[in-house]
Amino acid sequence: MASGIKDQVAIIGMGCTKFGEMWDKSAGDLIIEAFNEAVSETGLEIKDIDAVWYGTCYQEIGSGKSGIRVGTLLKLPFIPVTRVENLCATGTEALRGACYAVASGAADIAVAIGCEKLKDLGYGGLPAGDSMFGTDNRYFFPNMSGPGGFAQVATAYFKKHGLSGERGKEAIAHVSYKSHQNGSKNPKAHLRNTPTMEQIVGAPMIAYPLGLYDCCGVSDGAACAIVCRADKAEQYRKDPIYIKALQIATSSGMELYGNDWDSTYIETTRRAGDKAYKEAGITSPREELSLLEVHDCFSITELVTCEDLRISPEGKAADDILNGFYDIDGKIPCQTDGGLKCFGHPIGASGLRMMYECYKQLQGKCGDRQIEKPKTALTHNLGGFPAHCVVSVCIVGNEKN
Amino acid sequence: MAGITSYGAYIPRYRMDRKLISEQLAWFGSRGKGEKAVANHDEDSITISYSAARNCLKAAGIPKVDGFYLGSMSLPFANRQNAGVVSSALGLENPLKTIDMSSSARCGTAALLAALDGAAAGGNYLACAAECRSPKPGSSQEIAWGDAGAAVLTGTENVLAELITSYSLAADFIDFRRLSGDRFEFGWEERWVRDEGFMKLVPQTFSGLLKKAGLVPSDITCVVMATGNSGVIRALPKRLGVAPEAVVQDNLADTVGDTGAAHPLLMLCCALDSAAPGDKIALLDFGYGCDALLFEVTNKIGDARKDMTRVARQIEDKIPLFPYARYLAYKDLIPLELGIRGESVSAASMNVAWREGQTIASLTGVKCKICGQPQYPRHRICVKCGAEDNMEPYSFVGRNVRVVSFTADYLSFSYDPPQLYGLLDAPEGGRLLLDFTDCRANEISVGLEMELTFRKKFTDSTRGNTVYFWKARPVK
Repeated sequence: MASGIKDQVAIIGMGCTKFGEMWDKSAGDLIIEAFNEAVSETGLEIKDIDAVWYGTCYQEIGSGKSGIRVGTLLKLPFIPVTRVENLCATGTEALRGACYAVASGAADIAVAIGCEKLKDLGYGGLPAGDSMFGTDNRYFFPNMSGPGGFAQVATAYFKKHGLSGERGKEAIAHVSYKSHQNGSKNPKAHLRNTPTMEQIVGAPMIAYPLGLYDCCGVSDGAACAIVCRADKAEQYRKDPIYIKALQIATSSGMELYGNDWDSTYIETTRRAGDKAYKEAGITSPREELSLLEVHDCFSITELVTCEDLRISPEGKAADDILNGFYDIDGKIPCQTDGGLKCFGHPIGASGLRMMYECYKQLQGKCGDRQIEKPKTALTHNLGGFPAHCVVSVCIVGNEKN
Repeated sequence: MAGITSYGAYIPRYRMDRKLISEQLAWFGSRGKGEKAVANHDEDSITISYSAARNCLKAAGIPKVDGFYLGSMSLPFANRQNAGVVSSALGLENPLKTIDMSSSARCGTAALLAALDGAAAGGNYLACAAECRSPKPGSSQEIAWGDAGAAVLTGTENVLAELITSYSLAADFIDFRRLSGDRFEFGWEERWVRDEGFMKLVPQTFSGLLKKAGLVPSDITCVVMATGNSGVIRALPKRLGVAPEAVVQDNLADTVGDTGAAHPLLMLCCALDSAAPGDKIALLDFGYGCDALLFEVTNKIGDARKDMTRVARQIEDKIPLFPYARYLAYKDLIPLELGIRGESVSAASMNVAWREGQTIASLTGVKCKICGQPQYPRHRICVKCGAEDNMEPYSFVGRNVRVVSFTADYLSFSYDPPQLYGLLDAPEGGRLLLDFTDCRANEISVGLEMELTFRKKFTDSTRGNTVYFWKARPVK
């Protein structure tokens, strides 16, 4: 019986670049920037690093396959560098690798780096799904885009839970509205504007019913985490952040190929979330969590995730959202940094950027975005689309228990 | 005696009011009335012939077929057997003769004659003709031509219309011509085509037919002259020596258009839709010669007809295509900017296509022998009970499905934006994630019933390949 990762690993340093359309920066430039910020927090040098996990999804953009280019970029001294990918959950996958390495004793200091240079591809929005689901995808899958994959949850959810088009649009609009309000205070965010509810609801349609402001942007960025075993963490800083749970769930095929899943929720979130709560010893998420960073690639994703993480009751997330439960001054602030909404989604980096915000919030370092005395934070990182996906849930806290 | 045992037609849902052509090109002298059928951007002669053949076979209870003969002047492939693509999609089993026929307007009746010969020697033969052509803007062909397909099954059991005899004349009469590899046809003076061509050769063929059958003109109940040229139809009775009402007047010019090789089979389907036992039908087709086929309708026609897709219903099942620029884009007559998302990205693997075989070609998934769950594609481990390698083939074709979730996607590349797609459940079990076609966004809702249709998935013109797959369209 596995004993879980709770309180075995600590994050002792993190870095995160500004996210945006970084036309003048290469993947290497972004990696160095995030890595340097993380390392500078710890007092470590490159020779102290035992292993690196590098997460990037579109390897063609500036990284290639394998982790070799990160080794040669940072001039790492012939240490293990493992390239990982799990679609949009890649960033968290890099963190998981580094955490398990130190928990097992295979490494003392491990580094997780996530980076993506999406703006080098020439697309507005994510490119077509060909390589995402296999090269034989072109035979079987419809001509889907990212927004379209998720928009389907909205049409089914609104119908099932009796949300009128108007109320549904209002609820998902508030998700984006509140994230923009938060992101406007964050100098690292790509988008710092503050659209009104009217602007959001009335924005051009991207994939019905998701409009422009219901979709996260496409941007470049990198983030980095340095981890060590929890019992060594205080050698490096007085406020390390402890990993309470690392869980991941991959679609079984039930969603896309059977008849039982009704496209109104995300099964993998429920599975990973439930296991994460068990691993962390959390029995009442709505009472015990201080802060959430969830995968708001699309506003509807955040809406159903609030239910799938067992915080809002099923079918009632719209009520909580419109009552401000997830606003920065609400009971469980969500996307206090602005989320994917304001940062965009450089795929390999997002999971680590989420953790960066949790890390800084738990250390009390978020300035005018700081929430009051947070104790336990959760990141939720989703790759694929609701019918065919992987979800990573991590729980961290600033106290060992 | 060999004859027709089933028939079916398919007319693309999109209809263009010819007024749209007049509006754009009257300044150039081009005017038209009525409507013509226009294939959707994801249709071609292969998909159209599939639908017609499927309607024909469904009406006959999907019998074993020994040969499939496809006639068209707009076959998509110069090398890749087009009849083979269709027969694979239909799931026709080997041993099977497949033949492509082309190069003249008579290749549809050529397919029918060959199928009747086959039936006479024993067996069931499916003759099919389809057309999906791009006429030059401003031409009289643009006004006249429409896209459609029709299929006729031949055999010797449960014959609806017996073949009495046929008579054919060949003639290198160059009314329309096109070199291989050229896109557009060249014609000659229309009066010459009518006066020297139709009006000389057709009566000659007709009297040859009658002489061979030992009959006189008044014996013929119904003359079906397959032509889009309504002037010919009006002038013909006198030349043939039949009563004016004996020649079918409605040649579908105002509702469908001139459908080339498909036209004789399409008009034959119309005639059979309203024929009575004992009727003698003479089918005449002109193009580099003339074919004449004489059928006698049997008393089996009544029972079978109720299951058949009547041409009239196909004509009624329509949605308007506009504006004219959209028609031009679907016909690939104007080069629209496809943008970065429209670029064909990866090379399709031929051995994947072959290995997947019926999975892709005829939407054949599996059904678990242990728990009975249908599933797509070809799962080895059951999605419901987890049993491994306990599957039997299960085709989803012909099953109507219901929408579980959907979206209208303005970001994905589409020839018909927004791109519509969604999750669909089959009532007997199984689930599909498919593109939708032949519909607009505001028609779609969760729970809507849809039917499955065989369409072009994408064309990779850099590598000379078109991949076909299945889509869903609302049941009308």
